[in-house]
Amino acid sequence: MSATTASLTHARLPRWAPVLVAVMALAVAGLPAMLRGWGPVAWVVLAVVLFLVGLPGWSLVVENRRAATDRLMTGLIWAAFGCAVMPLLWLVYVVVSTGAEAINADFLSYSMRGVIGDEQGGVYHALIGTVLITLAATVISVPIGVLTAIYLVEYGAKSRLARWITFLVDVMTGIPSIVAGLFALALVVLVFGPAFRMGLGGSIALSLLMVPTVVRSSEEMFRLVPMDLREAAYALGVPKWRTILKVVVPTSIGGVITGVVLAISRVIGETAPLLVVAGATDGVNFNLFDGRMTTLPVFIFSQYSLSTPAGYERAWGGALVLIVIVMVLNLIARGLGKLLAPPKN
Amino acid sequence: MTSPSTGTLSPPEAERNDKPLSRRGDRVFAGLARAAGITIMVALAAVFVFLFAEGRSGLSAAEATYRPASDFLRYIGPLVVSTILAACIALLVAVPFAVAIALFISHYAPRSIATPVAYVIDLLAAVPSVVFGLWGGRYLAQFLQPAHVWLSEHLGFLPFFGSPPSPNGRSLFTAGIVLAIMILPIVTAISREVFAQTPRLHEEAALALGATRWEMIRYAVFPYARSGMVSGVMLGLGRALGETMAVAMVLATSPAVTLNIIGTAAPATIASNIALNYKEATPSRQSLLIATGLVLFAVTFLINFVARWVVGRNERKQARA
Repeated sequence: MSATTASLTHARLPRWAPVLVAVMALAVAGLPAMLRGWGPVAWVVLAVVLFLVGLPGWSLVVENRRAATDRLMTGLIWAAFGCAVMPLLWLVYVVVSTGAEAINADFLSYSMRGVIGDEQGGVYHALIGTVLITLAATVISVPIGVLTAIYLVEYGAKSRLARWITFLVDVMTGIPSIVAGLFALALVVLVFGPAFRMGLGGSIALSLLMVPTVVRSSEEMFRLVPMDLREAAYALGVPKWRTILKVVVPTSIGGVITGVVLAISRVIGETAPLLVVAGATDGVNFNLFDGRMTTLPVFIFSQYSLSTPAGYERAWGGALVLIVIVMVLNLIARGLGKLLAPPKN
Repeated sequence: MTSPSTGTLSPPEAERNDKPLSRRGDRVFAGLARAAGITIMVALAAVFVFLFAEGRSGLSAAEATYRPASDFLRYIGPLVVSTILAACIALLVAVPFAVAIALFISHYAPRSIATPVAYVIDLLAAVPSVVFGLWGGRYLAQFLQPAHVWLSEHLGFLPFFGSPPSPNGRSLFTAGIVLAIMILPIVTAISREVFAQTPRLHEEAALALGATRWEMIRYAVFPYARSGMVSGVMLGLGRALGETMAVAMVLATSPAVTLNIIGTAAPATIASNIALNYKEATPSRQSLLIATGLVLFAVTFLINFVARWVVGRNERKQARA
């Protein structure tokens, strides 16, 4: 190409340039890391910085400024992603490794009643409380949530009421959980007097947090049901409500159940509202309507607040149990969603 | 439903037999569904009403109730300062990361990576806040303690980084970082959604004009997504203001109001103050806590309301276009 014609292309770095710079950055950063005995964290951080300087620098020399900016931003975005995953990995590692030491058969089958000092104790009472309170919350919020979704999709259409409900449900997803707890507390206190506590109060608080998620997910699922199916039912003379119960709901049941299970997995880890309204106790309480009830998150918090080694150990054990429950619920939700999905033809 | 005359089109004889029955079922079912929807609105109103009914007496109680302060404003003042500081730290840290990750998922990563990444970020939202608190208080605080010392040594001239730095790292700074990790998923999710909505043609036009990928994002994606990003940030702010347990478990508290985010102790945030003090609550103290909760609810409700309204306006604009 002669010098007089304007070139339509310009020099580009080879495709493998980022890999090369990455390897070199790791190697160069390894030198001071080894000499001064840094940990792996400092080593990786230095390598990332070197990479973020090296690749755009090289690009600036060979390519041009715009390409260098592009490479810098690409590097930054990848680095940001790495940074964000780090806490999750660290947290899961810590919970599993620390929590595993605390867990054994006794930990799962004994309550904290009469446990003094460093004796082992267990989470049995908290498990019972978590299951009962969450079940009650599900019983309250699923009918309300699913029926609301039916109203929004089938009846409300674009009415003013439906639009307001959709909007307020969205706003409700942002209610701080502690406010939900205070609401339930105010309700219980107003009806039963200032010292009264019951597990059901916790369920009320949780359902306030759960309803918006259930509404949104079921609404989405009902909207996915093809109009043809409904019209086919109408054409056969089936009334609207039977169409909804026999056609719309069965078609979308997989998605709805998935949404409900995911909502459960969200609220099962809620601490603040239960702390306020259901209180904490050391013993097992099967009665939702009377007396304090400990749930797993509250158990973790109260053991943490003891600030003793035994308390910390129990807290970590409880955290592992809680995380396992949440993850299992998430997996169940995905599995059910696949299992119950309507057959495709 | 659309026109009232449709009923007269069908043959009257055949309809007369079963119509009343199906209509009744329909009416009952429609009524039920509507009632459920109205229940939700009533519940939301009830939150206001009950918090107000129980918290009203906490707004102007006897002076002893507010110890160590003397009236409601002085009681809640330090809490508000801490709440805002922690939320600001959380936003400052989380927003750049959230935007970057959202871009990573929507525009940078190949599809085979983007899907699992989105899933991992959602998992972050599934971790219970109490576990974040436990981890923040026991591990992250120690890990960040050297950063406190460094900030105090190098940026000590700013009022936010006074000395002495916290010896155990249980400061507003650490609490803010934990909050940042916790609000990351929601901000990422909203930004990702608006980034993905950028018209494909705009992006391709930018690339066809010779823009690099970053220039395409700057000139085609960002202007389009700006208001959506703002509302994502506001939703994150709402979360950060209302998050309770993580702050309650990480932050070492003292009543003295301070701007120093790396000091040994700071006032609790509004939410964590409720969680820390609910136990000792006498009835008058209880209504004071409920009153602070009412303030928190009003503020977060407002923020969420505006944020959702902006998101909704965006969607409506697109529906029209």
